[in-house]
Amino acid sequence: MRRKLTPYLLALPGWAWLALFFIVPIAGMVSLSLTSGNIITGFHQTFNIGNYTEALNLYSEQLFRSLFYGLSATLIAIAIGYPAAYWIAFKAGKHKSTYLLLLLLPFFVSFVLRTISWKFTLSDQGIVLGTLKNIGLLPTDFAVLNTAPAVVLGLAYNFLPFMVLPIYAVLERMDHRVVEAAHDLYASRLQAFLRVVLPISLPGVFAGGLMTFIPTTADYVNATVLGGPETTMIGSIIQTQYLVNNDYPIAAAITFVLMAVLLIGIFSYARALGTERVMEVQAK
Amino acid sequence: MRNTTPLLRGMTQARYGRRDMLRFSGLTAAGLALSACGVSGQGQKPVAADDFWQGKKETGNLTFANWPLYIDPERTPLKKFTEATGIKVDYREDVQDVAAFAGKLQPQLAAHDSTGYDMFVLTYGIELARFLALGYLAPLDQSRMPNFTANLGEAYRQNSFDPGCRFTAPYASGITGIAYNPKYVKREITSIADLWDPAFEGKVGMMSDAQEIANFGLLLNGVDPATSTEKDWQDAAAKLQQQRDDGIVRAYYAQDYVQPLTNGDVWLTMAWSGDIYQQNASAGTDLEFVVPKEGATIWTDVMCIPTTSEAPVDSLKLIDFLYRPDIAAELTEYITYIPPVPETQNVIREHAQQASGAKRKELLELAGSPMVFPTEEEYSRLHNYVSVKPGKESSFTNVFHAITQA
Repeated sequence: MRRKLTPYLLALPGWAWLALFFIVPIAGMVSLSLTSGNIITGFHQTFNIGNYTEALNLYSEQLFRSLFYGLSATLIAIAIGYPAAYWIAFKAGKHKSTYLLLLLLPFFVSFVLRTISWKFTLSDQGIVLGTLKNIGLLPTDFAVLNTAPAVVLGLAYNFLPFMVLPIYAVLERMDHRVVEAAHDLYASRLQAFLRVVLPISLPGVFAGGLMTFIPTTADYVNATVLGGPETTMIGSIIQTQYLVNNDYPIAAAITFVLMAVLLIGIFSYARALGTERVMEVQAK
Repeated sequence: MRNTTPLLRGMTQARYGRRDMLRFSGLTAAGLALSACGVSGQGQKPVAADDFWQGKKETGNLTFANWPLYIDPERTPLKKFTEATGIKVDYREDVQDVAAFAGKLQPQLAAHDSTGYDMFVLTYGIELARFLALGYLAPLDQSRMPNFTANLGEAYRQNSFDPGCRFTAPYASGITGIAYNPKYVKREITSIADLWDPAFEGKVGMMSDAQEIANFGLLLNGVDPATSTEKDWQDAAAKLQQQRDDGIVRAYYAQDYVQPLTNGDVWLTMAWSGDIYQQNASAGTDLEFVVPKEGATIWTDVMCIPTTSEAPVDSLKLIDFLYRPDIAAELTEYITYIPPVPETQNVIREHAQQASGAKRKELLELAGSPMVFPTEEEYSRLHNYVSVKPGKESSFTNVFHAITQA
């Protein structure tokens, strides 16, 4: 009897933790998102669905912009991160850990500081643009800072390790004999990559994609520091509604809309790529 | 570390009675049911000064939250305070943005919990009006504040947010005007309308704060912010929207416009007087600061003590100490914002007489600077912030956030 209960007892702290710090707050937030009132009179439960329609009416533009930025940043991170992971896993030989460390080293510096340093780098007259302008490669009024590309690049840069590490982990564990087998069967290097290596590494890309897409979509630091008038992301809106306007119901409603959109996106993504394989590979 | 004391106390003292424990154990199960109640009224009953101060004792420690760069790096005035009184000050540069800082404290103050700060700096504006309306701030016992009563400038007593300074003690004031970089702007800037000039397309910086940007829109329309109506806000917002739609605005800055202005990313921008003065003094730049002809706003940062402060007596002493003219002068010499103690100007002149060379020149410039000691004529063009009734903030801020956060 006792033996049967043991796993449940062991799981208990985990469940208690989740219940106390996830389920209760979420329930509280759902309830809060349906209240009306203001900070002076207090917020009263009126099951006011209007908060959701108001949130969507006012902020759908920022919501779609955030999803678009998040997606773009994720794709860029894959484009940069995959080759890097591939190279470290297969070509770096005994220096693998050194290269991984080098890759991670910049990320020991505070997130905000790294973002702010982009501001200096990308400044109109700064070391990059200023030089290119001086030698006539760019028109003098060319600017990157305070535009959408600056925000997307900032996001892709800041979340790159979350893309590289899962892909690296999958590639590193891959059995090299399958590639040799592919060559033995007259596959070209490209064919071997497309039909053998890539499918095996997809779970890593999936995991990396999630770990990049979710935080980038909800991020607000990059848009605040690197963005301009047209680049406000949904995270800034939530922050303003909550901390500045103290309009808790609207802030909660936007949060749930964002969460719902992200969940729908992730489930369809998981469907398309197949999550069982992710589990399979992680279990090995 | 002082911030750990509430935690320590929490661990070493029995703070919960049995009934509390029962309530707490039921909390998780009742989570769903409970959460349906919403958030009840956030206000505290106002306390009379005598009641509040009765039985309050000095603790020997206090935590003070202020803006970054709002005291010299050596914290000289605070060291002198500790020498004079034995009270240790844990000084934190935690106020990066008044709205966000106040928003962060809001739930703790509503629950009547300690915020971890025994005193902090806010700005006369929406958040402070809200804190006053909700009764979160302790009334200052002016009978124990001899320096404050003797030295506070008369103009400050007559402010509209806290008449008579019953809850707040001004720390410093500044002007929100226009700064420009003459390296790029080849003509003299004199008016707010210059910020709408298509010649500066993509090179104009504006502030993201709803109150700051509202003021400039209102002044451009010839409206006094302090007495503006909702209709005026809409009109001002239309002007600001047009400025944005025409691609004139490069970015809406919270407070980090100085570097872009120096680098040339923006050529002219809304700016705070002291920031520009400091940048010119420390980086040797030649940035210009102007009080535009349509007018500008004067804002005042004030020190206040939350009712949940754990060291109100110590805080009160520090506030009063900062009103000693010699201390106020020292503070002003570093922060270069307008001091609430008029006597400061004379003290700085005296300091200049005693100094020599570059230091002397610097101090004389400071004492004579219209950015730090505005002239009567300039004062006449300075307005107070829009006064928004507590509970009405959303209708005000939403109008302007629709522009800065679209």
